[in-house]
Amino acid sequence: MIGAQFGRPVYFREFQEQLYLVGVGSLYLIILAGAFAGQGFAIAFSQELSDFGAKNYLGRILAIAIFRELGPVLTGLMVAARVSAGITAEIGAMKTSNQINAMIAFGIDPVRKITVPRLWALLIMVPSLTIICDAVAILGGWLIAEVVANVPSSLYWTNVRDRLVFGNLFMGLIKPIAFAMIIAFVSCYKGFASSGGTKGVGRATTESVVLSSILILIANFMLTKIVGNLIRGWT
Amino acid sequence: MIELKGVHFAYNERPVLRDVSFRVEESESVVILGPSGSGKSTILRLILGLECPQQGEVIVDQRDICHLPIKTKREIRKKIGMVFQDGALFDSLNVAENVGYYLLEHTNLALDEIDRRVREILGFTGLNPDEIMDVLPEELSGGMQRRVAIARTLLSTDPQIMLFDEPTTGLDPQATSKVLWLIQKLQAERSISSIVVTHQIADAVTLSRRFIVIVQGEVAFDGSLRELRDCTDVRVQDFLGPFKESFDEVVRQEFMRY
Repeated sequence: MIGAQFGRPVYFREFQEQLYLVGVGSLYLIILAGAFAGQGFAIAFSQELSDFGAKNYLGRILAIAIFRELGPVLTGLMVAARVSAGITAEIGAMKTSNQINAMIAFGIDPVRKITVPRLWALLIMVPSLTIICDAVAILGGWLIAEVVANVPSSLYWTNVRDRLVFGNLFMGLIKPIAFAMIIAFVSCYKGFASSGGTKGVGRATTESVVLSSILILIANFMLTKIVGNLIRGWT
Repeated sequence: MIELKGVHFAYNERPVLRDVSFRVEESESVVILGPSGSGKSTILRLILGLECPQQGEVIVDQRDICHLPIKTKREIRKKIGMVFQDGALFDSLNVAENVGYYLLEHTNLALDEIDRRVREILGFTGLNPDEIMDVLPEELSGGMQRRVAIARTLLSTDPQIMLFDEPTTGLDPQATSKVLWLIQKLQAERSISSIVVTHQIADAVTLSRRFIVIVQGEVAFDGSLRELRDCTDVRVQDFLGPFKESFDEVVRQEFMRY
């Protein structure tokens, strides 16, 4: 599957389609999830911080939590749930109805034709959606800081800006790239490996979402640990 | 030239084909007959290199297709046109995109030229391009889907031989006759020979002079219509038994014709 990612032909039309399906199709979900998760975090943190008289640090805590953890993981899980199910079901259905075999019969490499546009679309769109999720979550947090926690806006944004440092941004962008690869490889593999007719496709779809989600959480932990040590000086 | 030599094939240790051997010469058309589940379609998948036998050889174009690098395999597949059961059309693409699929994705031809070729080949298959170009496969009848699939295969490959997997199964008599007419037209006008897998005796007689009967994964018969009529093999007689009257009638008509 990895070898198929390079060389010709380039399926640009399909790549554009996938960009739209993954990016625009997931946008509303990411905005909603980011907004509510950011507000939820802000409420929880503001109550806890006020006990220590540190409510003014809400922006700082939120920025670290969102940029490094919440934004990438939430986006990864949302895209995994929505997109990996779709990819696996689509490939599985194509396999069941001999469409994959038809491609092979025409001398087309179905792995290249199907995985390449999806992988590159995910590699571009998951980090982009993560940035949007981060922004919306920070805005949601600001709303709570302003209206509920009575933290001055200028202080909130100064704290957020202070945490926009290389280390946090690097961590926040390396994770979605890894998650995009997990979603693409798991969903395509499960689709190509599905067997047993429509029931088999249903089973493969469920497995694809579960496996992608678990691998995202494991990868998140490992990246936090490994990359966290590497960038300690830049946070 | 296609040759199967002592082919044994099993799915998950369930034997499907046992010691299958036969040879199809260039420009020869053959019909493979047999009851459902006898391994007929598997033979086509083996010829195309979609599966490899556990024992034996599948020789296509003088080379064992299973032991070729993927690039050479693709080159050989370009000389074989495969029409799958039910057509296997890409269900998210309309007819024009299906038929022009290979040209759109794998050549630098201008859209006008692709459009012209798609219209031409649809016309060749007896379909009206203006009526169906923008239609999705699910909106077509079964017979039209098979003919669109044949058109797609003709534009996607440069076939010297075509493999048809149950091309008329599930079709009404009118649609069946159109598909059979098209297969005969390919043989006559384009000199494309064919291997047709079917369990319809009447279709078999229309399409070929040579018949191979597969029963329980074994070649039970290989010969002409006259030999098939006179065959005393119990397995062949059991297969032909339910169609005895229609078979005799078809044989009688065929002999009257020649």
